[in-house]
Amino acid sequence: MRGQSVLVMLNSIQHLIQRVHLKEGRISWKDAMRHALCSGDAMDKVDVIIVGGGLAGLACAYELADSGMMVLVLERGDFSGSKNVTGGRIYLNPLRNYLPDVWKEVPLERHVTKEIITLMGESNSTTLELYSDRFSREPYPSYTILRAKFDRWFADLISEKGGFVVPQKNADDLIKEGEKIVGIRAGDEEIGADCVVAADGILSFMAEKAGLRKPFQPQHFALGFKEVVELDPRAIEDRFRLGEGEGAAQLFVGSLTKGMMGGGFLYTNRESLSLGIVVGIHSLNRKEPREEIYRLLDEFKARSEIKNLLKGGNTIEYSAHLITEGGIHIKPRVYTDGMLVVGDAAGLGLNMLVTVRGMEYAIASGVLAGRAIKRAKEKNDFSASSLAYYEKLLNESFIMKEMSTFQNTLTVLENERLFSKYPQVICDLFEKVMWVDEHSKESLYKTVYQGLKENFLNLQTFKDWLEFRKL
Amino acid sequence: MMKITEKLALDAFKNDKETHIQLDEKICYPCKERFCIYACPANLYSLNEKGEMVVEYAGCLECGTCMIACVYGSVKWKYPRSGFGVQYRCG
Repeated sequence: MRGQSVLVMLNSIQHLIQRVHLKEGRISWKDAMRHALCSGDAMDKVDVIIVGGGLAGLACAYELADSGMMVLVLERGDFSGSKNVTGGRIYLNPLRNYLPDVWKEVPLERHVTKEIITLMGESNSTTLELYSDRFSREPYPSYTILRAKFDRWFADLISEKGGFVVPQKNADDLIKEGEKIVGIRAGDEEIGADCVVAADGILSFMAEKAGLRKPFQPQHFALGFKEVVELDPRAIEDRFRLGEGEGAAQLFVGSLTKGMMGGGFLYTNRESLSLGIVVGIHSLNRKEPREEIYRLLDEFKARSEIKNLLKGGNTIEYSAHLITEGGIHIKPRVYTDGMLVVGDAAGLGLNMLVTVRGMEYAIASGVLAGRAIKRAKEKNDFSASSLAYYEKLLNESFIMKEMSTFQNTLTVLENERLFSKYPQVICDLFEKVMWVDEHSKESLYKTVYQGLKENFLNLQTFKDWLEFRKL
Repeated sequence: MMKITEKLALDAFKNDKETHIQLDEKICYPCKERFCIYACPANLYSLNEKGEMVVEYAGCLECGTCMIACVYGSVKWKYPRSGFGVQYRCG
């Protein structure tokens, strides 16, 4: 009876409270709950608590929005997206069957029509560019994205569907009965739930408290940090030779990370550029001579290749976030009695060398968790064996298939030559071919042959080649 | 070139009175590597005049890198309390 009254009353008042008051900070969520419950000392209880209002948590809430279950999303920031950072770009094709209604009118930035890969030497660089009509055809396969905008919009969409996203609410701890997770503690409040969904990001303290996550190790994480540089849309389109609304995604590998595993990225947003660097933490820890990581971005920006792209732009934000590098090897157990783990919290992310994936996995895993919860509700069984259905869905999805295919990327990426020697020698050889001075030039074939012979026809490169075949 | 403090000044922070990052001086004292100093993208770690490791929590971007880079487990890091910390407007 009690659970029913919470559901009915919260549903009837939540539009009023959430859309008007909570957003403006006039009434706390606790007051809202108290109103709904007309007081009472027993632990408040809902059907599902989702810890974290990022992509995974929101996708789960969206999937559950029509289920009739009382679902609470707890978001620690002022609004969904306010604690989230991406590079970034999102690929929509894998997601079209997951949230088909969502992708019609989304506040994304530019659809990516141009893929650019730049190898950087100390004082030179060479670029490979891909433009394809396929990228310019609707539905567009990939967009650049700013998370503070997108996640906020997504959370509003869930509110409109009757979901409940509570901002400024950290979950501090799990409540357990024996081994079973029965709710969460937030400050001095306790909220019970049939199922808790840990969608609390890459550091997932919820998964840790449930004993599902392995201890952190530096080799399994990379740091990404970036500046958002405001720039006139026309300047963006001119500098990258783009049509109106089109976008470019540029990756950089080579001297900018000084031999450390990682690279640079540049994404064109509607009215800004996202420019940043990713470096493996293990690689950074081992770097000699020592390097203060934040300086890499300043040095990168000072390169003429970048300086000219940023001319006249103003930095409006500086942000940082971790990226999972461990792939399938560090994936925690994703279910236990009364709890599921989704998105970054479940280690669902992948460095595929030419692209870093995570947001699609977050959204898809959130939806799959939602489906597993609906099934558990039908059976009224939220035990581990019932929730294991989520792992089954995950294994059958593109997520685990890709994570399995790319499971060796990390070992290949540990090869420092990939980030120093090879980009440098390719740039140098290209430069040599293009260089003209008072000396008569060697034949083109001889220049290229000598360059290749000096740098690539050796045992080390052969061994590296064998390694690269694992990619 | 923009200084790192100028970059941080662009971000919106709501700073709590208490820190969300605790260091264990017993671990930091003998540490030779100082991984935290090099890994923090906001440059918040430094040695004070007494040679002790200190961290300025107020400009924290909440990435958690310091906790992972410090393999000795000195960094006790949690999220800032509800409603506090960095609030990204682009992300």
